Amino acid sequence: MRYHTPSTFEDAVAIAAGSGGVTRFLAGGTDVLVQMRAGMVTPDDLIDIKRIPGVRDISQTADSGWRIGIAVSGAELGEHAGLSRDWPGVVEGMELVGSTQIQGRATLTGNLCNGSPAADSVPGLVAAGARVAITGPEGTREVAIEEIPAGPGRTTLKHGEVISAVILPARGKNGGDAYLRFIPRTEMDIAVVGCAVNLRVDGDTITEARVALGAVAPTVILAPEAAKAIIGTKLDEAALEALAKAASAAATPITDKRGTAEFRTHVAGVLAKRAARIAYARAKGAEK
Amino acid sequence: MSKIHVTTSVNGDPVEFLADPRETLLDCLRDHLGLTGSKEGCGTGDCGACSVMLDGRLVSSCLVLGVEAEGKRIDTIEGMANGGELHPLQRKFIELAALQCGFCTPGILVASKALLEKNPDPSEEEVRYWLAGNLCRCTGYDKIVRAVLDAAAEMRGAA
Amino acid sequence: MAKDEIRTEYKLVGTRPNRPDGLDKVTGRARYGADFSLPGMLFGAVVRSPHAHARIKRIDASKALALDGVKAVVTRADFPTGLTGEDWNLQENTMAGDVALYDGHAVAAVAATSALLAQDAARLIEVEYEILPHVTDVDEAIKPGAPAIRPGSADHSVPPHEGETPDMCRHNVVRNIEFGHGDIKDGFAKADLVMERTYKTEATHQGYIEPHACVGQMGEDGKGEMWVCTQGHWFIRRMCAAVLGIEAAQLRVTPSEIGGGFGGKTTIFMEPLALALSRKAGGRPVKIVMSRAEVLRATGPTASSSMDVKIGMTKDGTLTAARAEFRMQGGAFPGAPVDMALYCAFAPYKIPAIEHIGYDVLANRPKCAAYRAPGAPMGAFAVESLIDEMCGELGLDPIEVRLKNAVKEGDKSSYGPTFGKIGLVETLEAARAHPNYSVPLGPNQGRGVASGFWFNHGGETSVSLAISEDGTVQVSVGTPDIGGSRASIALMTAETLGIPYEDVRVNVVETGALGVNEPTHGSRATFASGKAAVEAARQAAREMCRRAAKEWGIDEEAVVWEDGAARPAGPNAGKFPPMTIAEIASRMGSTGGPISGHHESVPGGVGASFGTHVVDVEVDPETGRTTILRYLVVQDAGRAIHPSYVEGQYQGGAAQGIGWALNEEYVYGDDGRLQNPVFLDYRVPVASDLPMIDTVIVEVPNPGHPYGVRGVGETGITPPLPAIANAIAVATGARLRHLPMNPPRVLAAIQAKDRG
Repeated sequence: MRYHTPSTFEDAVAIAAGSGGVTRFLAGGTDVLVQMRAGMVTPDDLIDIKRIPGVRDISQTADSGWRIGIAVSGAELGEHAGLSRDWPGVVEGMELVGSTQIQGRATLTGNLCNGSPAADSVPGLVAAGARVAITGPEGTREVAIEEIPAGPGRTTLKHGEVISAVILPARGKNGGDAYLRFIPRTEMDIAVVGCAVNLRVDGDTITEARVALGAVAPTVILAPEAAKAIIGTKLDEAALEALAKAASAAATPITDKRGTAEFRTHVAGVLAKRAARIAYARAKGAEK
Repeated sequence: MSKIHVTTSVNGDPVEFLADPRETLLDCLRDHLGLTGSKEGCGTGDCGACSVMLDGRLVSSCLVLGVEAEGKRIDTIEGMANGGELHPLQRKFIELAALQCGFCTPGILVASKALLEKNPDPSEEEVRYWLAGNLCRCTGYDKIVRAVLDAAAEMRGAA
Repeated sequence: MAKDEIRTEYKLVGTRPNRPDGLDKVTGRARYGADFSLPGMLFGAVVRSPHAHARIKRIDASKALALDGVKAVVTRADFPTGLTGEDWNLQENTMAGDVALYDGHAVAAVAATSALLAQDAARLIEVEYEILPHVTDVDEAIKPGAPAIRPGSADHSVPPHEGETPDMCRHNVVRNIEFGHGDIKDGFAKADLVMERTYKTEATHQGYIEPHACVGQMGEDGKGEMWVCTQGHWFIRRMCAAVLGIEAAQLRVTPSEIGGGFGGKTTIFMEPLALALSRKAGGRPVKIVMSRAEVLRATGPTASSSMDVKIGMTKDGTLTAARAEFRMQGGAFPGAPVDMALYCAFAPYKIPAIEHIGYDVLANRPKCAAYRAPGAPMGAFAVESLIDEMCGELGLDPIEVRLKNAVKEGDKSSYGPTFGKIGLVETLEAARAHPNYSVPLGPNQGRGVASGFWFNHGGETSVSLAISEDGTVQVSVGTPDIGGSRASIALMTAETLGIPYEDVRVNVVETGALGVNEPTHGSRATFASGKAAVEAARQAAREMCRRAAKEWGIDEEAVVWEDGAARPAGPNAGKFPPMTIAEIASRMGSTGGPISGHHESVPGGVGASFGTHVVDVEVDPETGRTTILRYLVVQDAGRAIHPSYVEGQYQGGAAQGIGWALNEEYVYGDDGRLQNPVFLDYRVPVASDLPMIDTVIVEVPNPGHPYGVRGVGETGITPPLPAIANAIAVATGARLRHLPMNPPRVLAAIQAKDRG
């Protein structure tokens, strides 16, 4: 295995594109090292992208959104007051990934590129309408987050391409988001079900909403029917029941060691209600 | 397979070693530097027995490559006592019987010290969640949590 | 001191000094299994079967051996043949022969100059398998038509049926146990309520945080050394010698500090492989350290069980009859703890008629090892759940019913022997009086109670004590210190000699230094090594009295040992100032030579320990997730030598029981492979899962121990399984009879109940 420490994304891409064998990009390493340890993958070229200037930065964009470097750890994300104020659901999703120790290393981008349908940080990003900047052999492009995962362990990134930043839109007024996951213990588990809700209110009425579900399909999914169930409502009991029903209907999970399909389907609805209540309260709180 | 020369600092001392790029920081600490206080309980970042500080940030050294340590500052259990003087956490762990087999103890001490540096007055719940990544199979955590809270109080001068 | 003269006032026993090994363990200096290294050391890696059941057709190590730095490869062909009985089982489990019997079964091992190289080489060893049909579930394994796993391994208790030859292993049952007493029919006829239920528990793992690790060195002459993390190094020595066909005394085994065991480190796994590799590599030492996945796939988890229990009770809560039929699989080898489970199942109660039936069943899983009170938690889960359900049915208080039927001194136990002094009633009374038993509960909350039992164990014990020139004392014991036993043995030794605790150093010594010692198992270290240390100390004290008598010129009978000094027994003995241990020690070279004490025995007088737990839970009715709100352990310690470490045993046992009850389980796929061989998915409780665990140490001194000690290590894992099931039943109205009671199972039970 060759270990590389390029100082620009272009160099990183050149190494990856030029490698004849298996390549992995190394940011936090909390998935790559586990896979190497288990013998699942032994890269020929391991490309550490943490030495590239700016990858540890969180900065506000010109339109009041946020640009998050690919090597920002979960702990650093959580310590960022401005980002946590704007997108608490995104931040809490990332903060649920692993232990305090994992938080010292794990990154949003790594969690996304691991391709797990249960990735805790991804539903929040999808619900928020986040995008990623991608650097590749043919230059850079920007795509919506939900276009990256292609199935368990797979992404739509092409050979040689690397994500170079995560971009969150401006929060705007009267918005709120939240992420909840279900795990059997209180910590340290992979989500059995995850749900993020991002919404905006006008007075008491929800005017916009996005609902994303994790661990109930081969990738994290957007559930537009679930969002529709609460748009135009004041999140009354009927709306919450409709939301739960739509979220459960959107779920097409499998039964595995972490939970049964029936359980996941049911809990998708439960979490959608609970996350919506939190997001709604946050949106209303933002009014003040 | 060629090894990479790594220059870093461990517990304030400059050190150098040759690492296979596949070796973890934990492997390098234990096998190349003889610092066997950090333990491997899982190798997958799930047990916390290998906890160390990397540039002031708590990490699992089994999930850091040795070559990534180049130019960093690493602090391990071996550097926790100040010469002959134990850190209050170390003292409280002995006094309050917060260890049985002792295998998870170095990682829990390193993690607890990181907590108290960030939050000198944690609640029981904060201690429990901070240490959720440090498995202990012997104690049921009761005496560990008490020892951390007690050490925190002593360090604040409240005890 | 006569047995009935147990004192109640002590200077040291019952205090909480710092443990002698504390400093090493908080500074990272303590050396555990993987912390040993030797000059010229090689590293071993093991090739393991990915199949649950497969014939090994060919092993080709040529590519591995072609790598520079690879020094040796061993397969079963490198081991002696002709072993029988448990030795053969151990050898077969150490390294597969013709057939791999479970996912993770070792099939070859390699030694190389680095750990990475050994792993690379292991991947290059080609094994050709013919996959055989497999079975992993105990109820499936017992069915007609199930794949026969090891025909011929049944013992005499399973007679062949008509048309079968003895070498046919009918439905994988290898042992059948039946015992009981009284007239069952009559007993059930006298009951006002008879209920029968079926229970299942999944296999769990001890989950010690330290993976198995050893360094083994052996020459062509069969002489060798081993450094290993183990609960019992004489067991390692005997088992390795048997598996490798060498003489036990030629192997010297030194235990490292041990990072948890809970019964799982009382046997061998990869230790003989390190020795075999070393022998083949010209005697260079070989280190093998298991990964966590290897630990979970290929060490010794506990059995899984399927259990039918039937109980008769009168309206006032009197038990009239009981029947238990337990089926357990302990992997592809005989030895599921179904016997222990049955012995313990009804042990807390006086029941006029009981029938016990047990089946030890083979399945394609790793060979089970002991796990804290082996078998007892499963039986308790079934019996204590059913008693609770019947209390609910009859509107009776669960503690009152247990008190009504509780065994007392002089009662004949359900498994035969008559109980000596025991403390079940005292634990029930203390639980009832504890504030936790009367805290008001909120919605979706429930309180559960259960009692538990473990026999405890004496076991072969050898201890040596020597007085140093300055009057300090060293004690050599053969039971590895897994949770503070150095401290408790030092306390008892110091108490006996009347010297400061700090003046005693307790060393866990290697096999060359003492006679045979059983492991630290059966809750025996403080009981057995402690008792032997006290006897050794008394012997040394007698010798010191003799030395003093000689100097004073009086009869040795006229000298007594008190408060760390020899003294004239009374005014008639003569007037001499006390002669301290330091004075005697300083002159021992000229008064007769070194002074020491020894004690070797299989100590009798083992005292059983009963416990009662009270747990409050809250269950989320929408997700089925259970939160432990409060937890109380009440247990009889006989006498707590170092109360902190007694509490620690109670709390640790409860935590493991909570994990077993709620989330821990071995999950096998349809392919027979273990699905969750990592701590991410083998879900032991984390710090945020648990509340503080309250403890009450009941002390009903054991007359069979000089300080009244009962073993305390194991009983504590027995009540949590049923106590939590009982609490969940109150919180949800749904009765769970299958462990673990994880959220999907609890939610399904709630939904089934709501549907009526």
